[in-house]
Amino acid sequence: MLHLALFLIFGVIAVVGAINLIAQTHPINSALSLVVVMGSLAAEYLLLGAEFLGAIQVIVYAGAIMVLFVFTIMLLNAGAEEQTRGSKVAIIIGIPGMVIGSVAVAWALIRAHTGAEVPVGSLYGSAQGIGHLLFRDFLLPFEITSVLILIAIMGAVVLARRES
Amino acid sequence: MPANYVPIFIFIAIIAVALPVTLLAAKLIRPDNPQKTKAMPYECGVDPIGDARARYTVRFYIIAILFVVFDVETIFLFPWAVQYKALGLFGLAEMLVFLAILIVGYVWVWKKGALEWI
Repeated sequence: MLHLALFLIFGVIAVVGAINLIAQTHPINSALSLVVVMGSLAAEYLLLGAEFLGAIQVIVYAGAIMVLFVFTIMLLNAGAEEQTRGSKVAIIIGIPGMVIGSVAVAWALIRAHTGAEVPVGSLYGSAQGIGHLLFRDFLLPFEITSVLILIAIMGAVVLARRES
Repeated sequence: MPANYVPIFIFIAIIAVALPVTLLAAKLIRPDNPQKTKAMPYECGVDPIGDARARYTVRFYIIAILFVVFDVETIFLFPWAVQYKALGLFGLAEMLVFLAILIVGYVWVWKKGALEWI
């Protein structure tokens, strides 16, 4: 009962944060809303029993990625959003499109729901479970991740560094 | 939900209530008399010139992205560390390969001088 209530509360916070993210006109305010969304998603992961994912969500997304976003906004010195005719058209088409999309997703999920329930905590959510999966079953993707990170390092330095 | 996380949510609930209440009480109690001079960043210093929203140098971006990258690398050490005994020598070798690839990147960044603040 408490579980469901908390899950719903954090779900509402996440959705309100996401709507606020779009409604804000200044990019820094949007970035701060995104922190709220990431934080409440971390709480949702925790409530579903995925403790490790919840911690990672806070450390990587709410922490590191948001630092990067805020730095990028400061680098570009982005000002308040400008309303053009294109953005009005985007609102007129976008809002009904979003409603239709979310109804379609909800309908598909309700239809696919077979009634079988997964007990909370029976999934590979803990650090032990993830470690077991990562280092036994998904060994090659894990090692390829290191190459991906290496490419990210090189790309960032090549793009941002001034050759002297 | 694991029951031992309930205290965390109780903490969050208490803070969510206590913080607005404290701020509101302070706003009601304190004398409120704003002036232009009081609101300045340095009330008794040099007057600020220009806009606070200046463009930042791109060097901060390198620092930020290198932080993200090595943050993600560190994250991968956690699931390995808690399963260290179970994974044994094979897990150690895997992790050493992973780290070796990233140390190549680290050395490259170092040699390239991206860690220097020029």
